[in-house]
Amino acid sequence: MSVLKKIMTAFRGGAREVGESIVDANATRIFEQEIKDAENHLRKAKQDLTDVMAKQMQAGRRVESLKQQITEHEGYAGQALEKGNEELALEIAEKIARLEGDLAEEQQVHESFSGHVVRLKDLVKKTERQVKDYERQLSMVKTTESVQKASAAITDNFASSNSKILSAKDSLERIKQRQQNTFDRLAAAEQLEAENSDKSLEERMKAAGIAGDEGKSANAVLDRIRAKSQ
Amino acid sequence: MNIDDLAMRISEMSTFDGYQFECQPIPGETEVLQITVGDFDELPTYVSVTDTQILCITYLFTDEEVKPESRSEMLEEMLELNIPIPLSSFAKIGDRFVIFGALSNSSSLEEVGHEIITLTENAVESITALEDYLK
Repeated sequence: MSVLKKIMTAFRGGAREVGESIVDANATRIFEQEIKDAENHLRKAKQDLTDVMAKQMQAGRRVESLKQQITEHEGYAGQALEKGNEELALEIAEKIARLEGDLAEEQQVHESFSGHVVRLKDLVKKTERQVKDYERQLSMVKTTESVQKASAAITDNFASSNSKILSAKDSLERIKQRQQNTFDRLAAAEQLEAENSDKSLEERMKAAGIAGDEGKSANAVLDRIRAKSQ
Repeated sequence: MNIDDLAMRISEMSTFDGYQFECQPIPGETEVLQITVGDFDELPTYVSVTDTQILCITYLFTDEEVKPESRSEMLEEMLELNIPIPLSSFAKIGDRFVIFGALSNSSSLEEVGHEIITLTENAVESITALEDYLK
């Protein structure tokens, strides 16, 4: 049975209260053990894979070296024939035949290692998928339990602090009210600040003899005209 | 991120994105943080950390608050709203409807802060949208 289905069944059965586990603790432990086992398998499979891959590479190198020797000896045999040394050519040909025998053997070994590598890689992938799947399922169980416990703690806290849980509508009303208040206060503060800054600027200008007094400013205009006409 | 770490760092933050956070740990079998954002005292977010994720949950309303005659219509509506709501989803815990967001355990403090603010704003938005279904 899938874990999600188990959780659903538990919910239907009313396992919503604290202490009523979704999946009993023992099952969770078994599950965790299964994950650990799968991880051990995985580690072992990866070690095996490394070994086999090393052997595959060695066999590959031997195959290459045999192929090279065969080519070389074919050259030697050709040269012996050119020089009319049939006897030597035959000896070389025998050597080539031996090398070809070895090559066939090594190629077989190499192929068998390659097949092994493919199988092991497949196994590693499968095991990794399985571990991930186990972890995902375990996480579902653990999350459900954690949410239940958290929810219980929150409810207990409400009860012990005697704070009333407001209905959604009341909460919304309060929040909106508060936001309106904040908004109004901000607007009022802005207005006040604007007024203040206007007033204080005027005062400061007056104090500096810059503006405000009609007579003074008329004199200033006259001064300016006089200065221009000079 | 572990919960004590998170509590400490949120408390150290005076403001985040112009919002004031208030963080209060709630004792219990699972550690939970109650975090309120600025002017939204009534809709605290509860944060808990599990092996795989950081869960942020805000309670919306209870079964009892829902008008029984329009309950199924509301559920339908909530399912349809689930995708348009940015980063948060509706859910139910026991008899409470909630809105929640889940973050990776490796999320930064900024991401958690962003999540909490978004969740709170979404909660206000959702209650406003679903108000007609409530008693």
